[in-house]
Amino acid sequence: MSTAAGTGSGRRTGPPAGPPPWEVFVRPRRGLVHQHVGTVRAPDARAALRAARHAFDSGGEPTSIWVVPTCEITASRPEHRGPFFAPAADKAFRHPTYYDIPAQVQHL
Amino acid sequence: MSTTPATPAGTAGYAMALGDDALVLAQRMAEWVGSAPQIEEDVALANIGLDLLGQARALLGYAGQVEGCGRDEDDLAYLREERRFRNLQIVELPNGDFAASIARLLLFATYQHRLYSALSAGTDPTLSAVAAKAVKEVDYHADHARSWTLRLGDGTAESHRRMQAGLAAMWPFVAEMFTPVPEFAGLVQAGVAVDVAGLRPGWDAEIRAVLAEATLEVPEPTWTARGGRAGLHTEHLGPLLAQLQHLHRTHPGAAW
Amino acid sequence: MPAPRPEAASPGTAPGGPGAPAAAAGPAGDAPLLERFERTIADNQRIEPRDWMPEDYRASLVRQIAQHAHSEIIGMQPEGNWLTRAPSLRRKAILLAKVQDEAGHGLYLYSAAETLGVDRAELLDLLHAGRQRYSSIFNYPTLTWADVGAIGWLVDGAAIMNQVPLCRCSYGPYARAMVRICKEESFHQRQGFELLHTLSHGTEAQQEMAQDAVNRWWWPSLMMFGPPDDASPHSARSMAWKIKLFSNDELRQKFIDVCVPQAEVLGVTLPDPELRWNEERGHYDHGQIDWAEFRAVLRGDGPCNAQRLAHRRRAHVEGAWVREAAAAYAAKRAAETALRTAGASA
Repeated sequence: MSTAAGTGSGRRTGPPAGPPPWEVFVRPRRGLVHQHVGTVRAPDARAALRAARHAFDSGGEPTSIWVVPTCEITASRPEHRGPFFAPAADKAFRHPTYYDIPAQVQHL
Repeated sequence: MSTTPATPAGTAGYAMALGDDALVLAQRMAEWVGSAPQIEEDVALANIGLDLLGQARALLGYAGQVEGCGRDEDDLAYLREERRFRNLQIVELPNGDFAASIARLLLFATYQHRLYSALSAGTDPTLSAVAAKAVKEVDYHADHARSWTLRLGDGTAESHRRMQAGLAAMWPFVAEMFTPVPEFAGLVQAGVAVDVAGLRPGWDAEIRAVLAEATLEVPEPTWTARGGRAGLHTEHLGPLLAQLQHLHRTHPGAAW
Repeated sequence: MPAPRPEAASPGTAPGGPGAPAAAAGPAGDAPLLERFERTIADNQRIEPRDWMPEDYRASLVRQIAQHAHSEIIGMQPEGNWLTRAPSLRRKAILLAKVQDEAGHGLYLYSAAETLGVDRAELLDLLHAGRQRYSSIFNYPTLTWADVGAIGWLVDGAAIMNQVPLCRCSYGPYARAMVRICKEESFHQRQGFELLHTLSHGTEAQQEMAQDAVNRWWWPSLMMFGPPDDASPHSARSMAWKIKLFSNDELRQKFIDVCVPQAEVLGVTLPDPELRWNEERGHYDHGQIDWAEFRAVLRGDGPCNAQRLAHRRRAHVEGAWVREAAAAYAAKRAAETALRTAGASA
């Protein structure tokens, strides 16, 4: 894919120098899902976890932290927003209010 | 058939043809639900079917309205017989195995994408609005079919064989998608309908690229299907309509 | 998704593979861990995948969540049966959306189960081998279009009655899956009710169709809540663990109380001549459920058991080459990437 660094052009031709980036996901409290909170740089998973703990310490209850190498993340592309995310607005029949239910019916 | 200018009857016939394409393929997609190779595919094919059904309802509803004889989307879907359906033959073909279905979806959704893109710039405001919405949907359908074409074409020897066979089975039905319908010539001139012959070169380039990447050969058709737009169908449409229409026809005039 | 890999073991703990429960017992044995587990539940807090949990809790949850997931998947069959014959395009669209949702719900639930250290593939194998169950309600046939309505009103109604409390169950991933599912299911029951209402206020033939469907789906729907409390040996433990929030009989009674007035609006007669409001109890009295039928269907002697499983197995077997192709393709691409990366850093 790329040649050795040092072509003299100033442009990076190999993998970036320094520790690789990791995306950090934190579950702030029991019962909630993990949320993406940011990125840390670390040479390996253990170091990434430690770095994340320091960087995103909520100071509250014990949390759960996940770290994932950034290069392992596959993301959808912004220009695909239209076709990729099914437009829910036009599927009115997915809304409970779409159905003609007599007013006196309860618990439905 | 004579050339029809952009009359209501002409526009109704055109909308009906496009609506029938979507309706018949939606029916075939529905047949996969509960039988797909993995649950994610049950979700995806149902989603595609739902999109197509939405297109069918919009187009048939418009056709009935423009026609002005009081027929609604259900009258058109449930009370016409085979010779009055104007869909392309490719959509009425049985699903076959998963590869055949993906081959059909690849070829047809790619066509629909180009068709709706052109139609969204057409002169009939309703048709262009329907097309504008549908373009986004069929873009996803074609993308889904392309993904599977790559995986099946460049997966295992068996999947490659099946995908090649699926393409071979569908290829005789390609030409019809791009064959101008004499009856619609006036509509094309008026900018209401799309000149389908013009879509072929772009479609060819796109399909050939996908097949090449998938290590698949472009088939050589040994015969050419024709006649769907004129109500001349394969023997597969009859049983499909029998199933689709049976319950509705059993209770004439009933509301559902 | 499978549970993430824990960081490297600290002394005294066993390193877990993906999906394995986290900390193993320390020198004091399981007691402190069990205490923490029980306190979490008593505090109405969630147990999450990395938490220590008793093996029985884990195994019960796997069984319960898997059964729920299998039910969603098998449930696509009776309703899917009418997809190609729906009598209006609107009804066709609604039913297609509903069945699509059910597949999606199956996916959420398999994912929740996988956090407990199993694979979806394993669970499907157990289903296909007849060693894991699905709700026995789906062993009944959908004979008419009205059955689609009856399923929405009664079967989904019963499922919702069971699922809403589970949104507060003790296991995090399961509770969260229930929240998503309940939100999406809000239209499933309503569409069924509306469908039946249209029939019961339609032609004579449609009215008969509606009544006939209710006649056949009422009692099996009541059986969805499981055997009577006094014949339910595992209930007490499940309730202590808060993976079951109400007893079978409690939910069943609640369901009946809600359905009777709804049936009146529908203009259908529930096929139980002993249904009667009991002012003293504040509930409807009802007739005896045929538990022999329930047990028969449970052990495979129902109208559609063989058919449902055969359909599932066939889809799975016929789809094997597709799944293999997807895996082969992914492996090829991964190998290419590895080669490229190796070349780049050479």
